[in-house]
Amino acid sequence: MSVDVSRPGVPAQGPAPATAARRTTVRPASAQADPAHEPRRTLSSVRVSDVLALVGSALGGVALTWTIFTQLAPFSGRLGAVVVWYGCFLGLYAILVSFDESGQAVKDRIAGAVVHSFAAVLLLVLGFVVFYVVVRGVKALVHLNFFTRDLSVTGPLEPLTSGGVVHGIVGTIMEISIALVVVVPLGLTCAVFLTEFPGPYARVVRTVVEAMTALPSVIAGLFVFSLYVLILGFPRSGFAAALALGVMMLPIIVRAADVVLRLVPGSLKEASLALGASRWRTVWTVTLPTARSGLATAVILGTARGIGETSPVLLTAGFGASTNLDPREGPMVSLPLLAYELRRIPEDAMIARAFGAGTTLLLLVLVLFVVARTIGGRGPGVLSPRQQRRAAKRSADDAARLAALAHARRRAEQAPVLQPWERDSRLDLAEHDLGQHGDGPHDDGPHGSDDKTP
Amino acid sequence: MTTSPAPPAGPSVPATTRPPVPDPATDERRVRPAGTAGAADRAFGAVARLSGTAVLVITGTVGLFLAVQAVPALREAGWGFVTTQAWDPGAGPFGIAAILFGTVMIGLVAIVIAIPFSIATALYISEYAPAGLKRTFISLVDLMAAVPSVVYGLWGVYFLQERAVGVAQWMSVYLGWIPVFEVPGRDPRDPLASLTDFKSSIFMAGMVVGMMITPIMTSIMREAFSQAPQGEREGAYALGATRWGMIRDVVLPFGRGAMIGGTMLGLGRALGETITVAMIISPVFQIQWTLLAKGGISVSSLIALQYGEAEGLSLSALFAAGLALFLMTMAVNFGASVIVNRSRSGAASEA
Repeated sequence: MSVDVSRPGVPAQGPAPATAARRTTVRPASAQADPAHEPRRTLSSVRVSDVLALVGSALGGVALTWTIFTQLAPFSGRLGAVVVWYGCFLGLYAILVSFDESGQAVKDRIAGAVVHSFAAVLLLVLGFVVFYVVVRGVKALVHLNFFTRDLSVTGPLEPLTSGGVVHGIVGTIMEISIALVVVVPLGLTCAVFLTEFPGPYARVVRTVVEAMTALPSVIAGLFVFSLYVLILGFPRSGFAAALALGVMMLPIIVRAADVVLRLVPGSLKEASLALGASRWRTVWTVTLPTARSGLATAVILGTARGIGETSPVLLTAGFGASTNLDPREGPMVSLPLLAYELRRIPEDAMIARAFGAGTTLLLLVLVLFVVARTIGGRGPGVLSPRQQRRAAKRSADDAARLAALAHARRRAEQAPVLQPWERDSRLDLAEHDLGQHGDGPHDDGPHGSDDKTP
Repeated sequence: MTTSPAPPAGPSVPATTRPPVPDPATDERRVRPAGTAGAADRAFGAVARLSGTAVLVITGTVGLFLAVQAVPALREAGWGFVTTQAWDPGAGPFGIAAILFGTVMIGLVAIVIAIPFSIATALYISEYAPAGLKRTFISLVDLMAAVPSVVYGLWGVYFLQERAVGVAQWMSVYLGWIPVFEVPGRDPRDPLASLTDFKSSIFMAGMVVGMMITPIMTSIMREAFSQAPQGEREGAYALGATRWGMIRDVVLPFGRGAMIGGTMLGLGRALGETITVAMIISPVFQIQWTLLAKGGISVSSLIALQYGEAEGLSLSALFAAGLALFLMTMAVNFGASVIVNRSRSGAASEA
């Protein structure tokens, strides 16, 4: 097919009639326009008319709302005005868009506007919750005695310059530490059990643990109260509170750790087993180090949940105004419980202290969360640059050592007389050497960092 | 070698083709298959199994120990425990009818508020948000899910309740013809009437709890939405779908299981929420359909509020109420996990 380019200005008119034998295709005129005069296409997905439609309907909504509220209906109230404005805005926007778009596009625009506005409202409100509590808490936090004193000698009418929440901070830290000491080994071992020993029994354990993840905290408190205080006869104490927090955190940690451990690439474990490592050794030197950042995240997020729970402490430790360093007996208050109890005293200073305790708690959770994000940002088996350099260096060292070992072995085999027991003992030494090496610095992760999970 | 159809040529032939027999004395340690290794591995297996059993026992006996303490109260109240509205253990009749009603109503109000916000936010983060801000929003929502409930409670009591009485009043005036929004004994045209009638209501408690459970629901739904297969998304676009068309026909069907499951998990948390409700609600032991009017109760807030004075039978009654809450949340959670696990997105997601 030949294209007739000799007649630039001629519009498309089908095959030329004169040359009957030859069919000639004529390009449409638009395609032959001078490229220099072609208007530049905008690649932006935002068009001026879209923005104008949004702004216009927003302004129109304001006008309509004003009309309704002042002229037409007996409505009042700011929130009502906002709701009515939102309705007007959506209606006007739909009408505006429908002037130059199809029905599908109108739906698309409306859905986009609704999604954006709901998300914005939610994120703003959630941000505002934190902002509000912190702003009201700062009043108490600016006095340093808030972090160094307890409330043992402070009455409800004393100003903020006296007394503080140090007993709550101490109590929170002690309770959560005891809970972690009990829960972390147990929870991580259980998670290892779930992933390494799959079977009907593990499935039962996993099902129960999953159901318990959402155990109401007050139930955990009642459980420990029933078992530890009523049946075993111990007094209510910080230790009981730690147990209650532990019962609540245990399923959360087991479940999160289980998910992380399941993500460890099977090829890594198989490589370790193929090298002759035992199961226990594979878990200790391959599986756990590979998943370390994820496991730390699991523990820290579980801690953040436990640290903020009020009702287990309320039921099992109780409220006290003075610092109690003995977790075995006596009331041991925690920060959330302090916030809950203090605000029941209708005095400004006490309410400010309640907000201060809430803010302190919020800061603790924030710190835990940031730590969790920092160390848990990478997937299992993905190393930080520093870890990668260290792993590469270890690999190089290992390679050099193995080469030297092989060299030595070859020379030994070439030796004229070698009794079997001698050879055996030499191999034994070599293996021993490898094993020793594997124990120590290997816990940074596997050498191959490119074996990521899909 | 052994499968060769040729008849054995003699006893000497296989012996020569076989690889040299390893000397068991030197090689035994090296060819031993993993898993049959010595005492350390057996101990490891035993410890792992033991810890699994310990976790199973701890988490599995929660209900049992609640039940043990609940027996005296249940024996005293009999079947009336489920149908009685009053709560006067030790001195009069007691039952959980009104308490369960309040618990469920608070949960429902919370869910009704949380569903649109969490779905919209999850969609926004997974579909609309600019790529650079996505991680920030994900972190923010996850962080909000970890914010202690007492913080939401403080905000609810001192900020939201003061502001939202106007909303409640507006609803009772203009929507009062719907029975649930009616506030009895109140003249909507009286401008001097105090607004405290609207405080400490089931509606207020449900609103704060709804704010509290929204982040966790958002997080679960977002996870599922963002896993909707890229190929199907592009297919929808290639067929000419708008963005909303793609979301409606690809993302939402893919994440339906997570939406239902996440909602039920949120409901489970709302049912069990203690401190926020205890801070807001003013206890009334009566089935009260008027959600906007003052008063209501939930199981967990009942336990937190009455626990201090309870002893003997009344303590046992609290345990019985706790047992009811436990069974209810377990049922909801089991339902949620079944739905999530059966859905398409649930196979890979951790929700």
